[in-house]
Amino acid sequence: MLKRSLQARRARAAWLFLLPSLVLLTLVAAYPLLRTMQLSLYQASILDYPLRPVWVALANYAFLIQDAYWWLSVKNTVIFTVASVSLETLLGLGIAVLVNARFPLRGLMRTAMLIPWAIPTVVSAQMWRWMYNDVYGVINDILLRLGLIAKPVAWLAEPSLVLASIVAVDVWKTTPFMALLLLAGLQSIPKELYEAAHVDGATPWQQFRYVTLPLLKPALLVALVFRTLDALRVFDVVYVMSGTNPSTMSMSVYARQQLVDFGALGYGSALSTGIFFIIAIFTVIYLTVLRVEVD
Amino acid sequence: MNRPKWIRVALATLGFLAMGSLVAAEGVTVTISCGSVGKDQTFCKEGAEAWAKKTGNKVRVLSSPQSTSDRLALYQQQLAAGSSDVDVYMIDVIWPGVLGQFFEDLNPYIDPRVKEGFFPSLISANTVDGRLVGLPWFTDAGILYYRKDLLQKYGFSKPPTTWDELFQMAKTIQEGERKAGNQSFWGFVWQGASYEGLTVDALEWIYSYGGGTIVDTKGNITVNNPRAKAALEMARKWVGTISPPGVLSYMEEDARGVWQAGNAAFMRNWPYAYALGNSADSPIRGKFDVTVLPKASTPEGRHAAGLGGWQLAVSRFSKHKAAAVDLVLYLTGYQEQKRRAIEGSYLPTRPALYQDPDLLKAQPFMGRLYDVFVNAVPRPSAQTKKKYNQVSSAFWTAVHNAISGKVDAGMALRQLEAQLKRIKGAGW
Repeated sequence: MLKRSLQARRARAAWLFLLPSLVLLTLVAAYPLLRTMQLSLYQASILDYPLRPVWVALANYAFLIQDAYWWLSVKNTVIFTVASVSLETLLGLGIAVLVNARFPLRGLMRTAMLIPWAIPTVVSAQMWRWMYNDVYGVINDILLRLGLIAKPVAWLAEPSLVLASIVAVDVWKTTPFMALLLLAGLQSIPKELYEAAHVDGATPWQQFRYVTLPLLKPALLVALVFRTLDALRVFDVVYVMSGTNPSTMSMSVYARQQLVDFGALGYGSALSTGIFFIIAIFTVIYLTVLRVEVD
Repeated sequence: MNRPKWIRVALATLGFLAMGSLVAAEGVTVTISCGSVGKDQTFCKEGAEAWAKKTGNKVRVLSSPQSTSDRLALYQQQLAAGSSDVDVYMIDVIWPGVLGQFFEDLNPYIDPRVKEGFFPSLISANTVDGRLVGLPWFTDAGILYYRKDLLQKYGFSKPPTTWDELFQMAKTIQEGERKAGNQSFWGFVWQGASYEGLTVDALEWIYSYGGGTIVDTKGNITVNNPRAKAALEMARKWVGTISPPGVLSYMEEDARGVWQAGNAAFMRNWPYAYALGNSADSPIRGKFDVTVLPKASTPEGRHAAGLGGWQLAVSRFSKHKAAAVDLVLYLTGYQEQKRRAIEGSYLPTRPALYQDPDLLKAQPFMGRLYDVFVNAVPRPSAQTKKKYNQVSSAFWTAVHNAISGKVDAGMALRQLEAQLKRIKGAGW
């Protein structure tokens, strides 16, 4: 009897402690989400004064399913995500292993590598826009001098190159973040394991393959989840580099165009809900993989 | 002397409040949101403060985003929320149809003769369903910049009048300059990025071929026609021959970057680049001039300049409408526009100013291009109203697809027509 009431009291206390976070979550996450879903069932223009929402049930979703621009933006976003996240992971891993080794000025190196990540995306994207310029851009100048290209390349105009150019900027910017997360993972691996491997005669590659990689897996997966979910909602770098150009338009850029430029609150909300579900699918996949890993 | 401290604090506060209400009795504070490109902010502030001094009111000048589309997005949000924070908005010539219902009809406030001082085309651009939603402050028109020195060097006596001539001249000069060692030299730069600017450039080409204005004044979709197709095919041919392939990602400043570095023979841009090209540190200072954009060499060909420009409008949520209208009248008045034209090369919206000797002496190109400015071609914002942004976006996307060679011009226009019909629905 006494034990149960103690348990009940503890449970109550636990709920009490959780309450502020729950309220906060409801306010900042659940309410906007549900409101967006509700709005997606209406047709309303921000340009009407006063606002005149018309109930259209699932008409916005019916249009979304056959909207070529939406599927194009999904395709662009997925290509962007897969390309940028895999490159960032590979490069980030390499850099993390490198700065994990002992060498002079290591501290300085670790700080310096964070610079791209610390610059606001809008600023660095504009910077890259100028660097990519086909006539006065520095990238063409360097490649021409090195003799790698015969004539200037229009990085942001050639339809087949724009998306790749944007991925490159994202990789430049976010690799340090990836490297930092992986470095933290590397530092949690006990030194003794390497000593033991060394004693057993393992080569550096074998040490990396059979000691580092398995133990780094949890950190690697967390970093992957972070980056993937982040990349799926990419907006700034794409918007600054090529605006609403359909050959690079991401899901968020398209939703913003509908919501803000066209003032289409209903359809824009349907798009936002679509983005929510696509990101949810990725989250579920990752969570399943993670759980398998943890078990 | 031994009064408690809180009483002294309370008295001081009361004193401040009393002073505050005295100031309020003298005049009101009017908030104006104007541009932030180049020296917009400085000129706006000077003008507004002169008005404040004259009338005993106060002004507050807000800064706004530099990009037109971002500014529209911000204003849409403020106005849709019914905010009374801003009394006077500076609005783009294509916005009256989009934002018109958020602005006060100025007709009841002003003497009808006031309207006669402005270009009739600008007054009609500001009139939505009979309501005068803004007064034109300064205007803009697309013009052709050309290098006088290079034209002379290659034996051309005058700037091109047709697009064919422009192509030939650009090609000759480009080949010559490259042989002479400048590998990054190009014939012609313009705005080809996928954005509102491309709508203006493409409208100029199509109109100069006699291909109409996308949607005609009655609201019919006219863009899918052979002349428009010819115009887009012409621009497609420029990319990679006389224009850099990167032009498909150029906005105004990218084009000016190439031009002002001395790497282009011709440029299509707004008049703002005139003052900048002649600034002290410009490599092309004194080496260039401006003229009307070329026309098609077909019988239907005519010169076309895309109409830009900015208006002042009074928010319907303003708490000081009379004062706000007075500020608008002052800023768009003869004297203030004259000051802005002479000191900042802002194009006046009053025809009389183009005959003002002081102004013509300070800015000779304004007199020469008077006809161009008067006959500038408006984008179809008046007829497509709130759907203008969607129409323009569909148009520039289709044009971008055509001039980058993703689809052929005919196909792009057919698809565009279908898309515009869907946007139009039962009506604009």
